[in-house]
Amino acid sequence: MSTQPSLRARQSPLASTEEQRRVLAAVSARGLRSFDEALDGAGRHPLRADGIAVFQINVGRLCNQTCGHCHVDAGPDRREVMARETAELCLDVLARTDIPTVDVTGGAPELNPSFRWIVERARALGRHVIDRCNLTVLLLPSQSDLATFLAANRVEVMASLPYHRPAQTDAQRGTGVFEKSIEALRKLNALGYGKEGSGLALNLVFNPAGALLPPKQDAIEAQFRAELARKHGVTFNHLYTITNMPISRFLEFLLASGNYESYLERLANAFNPSAADGVMCRSTLSVGWDGSLYDCDFNQMLDLPVGFDAPAHLRDFDLERLRERRIVTANHCYGCTAGAGSSCGGATT
Amino acid sequence: MDHYYHAGDLGRFAEMGKGNAELWEKFSSYYAAVFAEGALTEREKVLIALGVAHAVQCPYCIDAYNKACLEKGSNVEEMTEAVHVACAIRGGAALVHGVQMRNVVDKISM
Repeated sequence: MSTQPSLRARQSPLASTEEQRRVLAAVSARGLRSFDEALDGAGRHPLRADGIAVFQINVGRLCNQTCGHCHVDAGPDRREVMARETAELCLDVLARTDIPTVDVTGGAPELNPSFRWIVERARALGRHVIDRCNLTVLLLPSQSDLATFLAANRVEVMASLPYHRPAQTDAQRGTGVFEKSIEALRKLNALGYGKEGSGLALNLVFNPAGALLPPKQDAIEAQFRAELARKHGVTFNHLYTITNMPISRFLEFLLASGNYESYLERLANAFNPSAADGVMCRSTLSVGWDGSLYDCDFNQMLDLPVGFDAPAHLRDFDLERLRERRIVTANHCYGCTAGAGSSCGGATT
Repeated sequence: MDHYYHAGDLGRFAEMGKGNAELWEKFSSYYAAVFAEGALTEREKVLIALGVAHAVQCPYCIDAYNKACLEKGSNVEEMTEAVHVACAIRGGAALVHGVQMRNVVDKISM
């Protein structure tokens, strides 16, 4: 895997979500059953939401990195950024409900001019706030006070770090990213993040650096804990494993490397009904930069909004109709139900 | 059949149960038990398997245990060292037989 400009910047055919959906829909042509058939076979079709515990706001696709596996196709060239008016709609919805957790993602969400406003307002409403952080953003000159801001607002930091060694991390996230990530982790540790008793949660997100399924979460967490402490003096609270979703830039890698069919087969053969019970879409509502509503961030990136008559924009938010909505599923959903399962909070079984 | 080895044959391994289901079942359950977490971790066991795969030069095993090693959280540096262990043992096994060569030479030489 290597990093290069976004699909959009390179005018790749896969920059079109329609093209991605076309590629993914062809699964049955390869003799694999569709995701909906797998769900049905396990007596779990259709999938339905079971309340909304997490309000996930994707504030835009602007990022200071261009990672090889990014499902958002984020990068410095992307200009889709949530406006303040839309952020206000998010906070209005939160004020009208008791959804306990606000999960802010991107891109690099911290680069959105409304990021700190969202965090402060959500915290003032008493909500738990998660920042999905790429770590290197903490070292940008414009963000020199970001770590202090996060700590002052008791924000949980969910930081991406695909491996505890430079080669694998840099191959996926860009040259020099590992070293900067370690520097950022030390900065967070110095503020109390990842330290027992501080109440400042620092969690890591692992995803495989290739066409592979993730290791067992507890085993790789133990390995990271030992290696990061021994070599870098870095501590953290938990590590969550996420399976790479076969969409966007990771889909491009799979197709270009000749791994697409075997990876899809791997995911489909590892379909785990128990993992389907715990998928994040059942307890999450995902908001796009323009206020559109989705079942998850992956559906958002495939332009698959909430369906089956559920209100599809923040302006029409209706908790009653959204909290038991039927989930929109397609073959990429195999990515969340393979093996031990995968979600924004790691393994689901 | 133009090749003795076909990559797709690895996925057909279970067809070996067609000739004798009972033996296949016994082998499969034994195999699963061997690779389960025990005194050694699953990660350590698949690294050993990767080394052995190279020693017995089984392309199916090399394919399978490359993926297994990475999916258990190992890295290419660790995997390379496992292959070197296999290489050292195979090479050492050849070299230590050189003592037999020396024994024969000593016996027949004046």
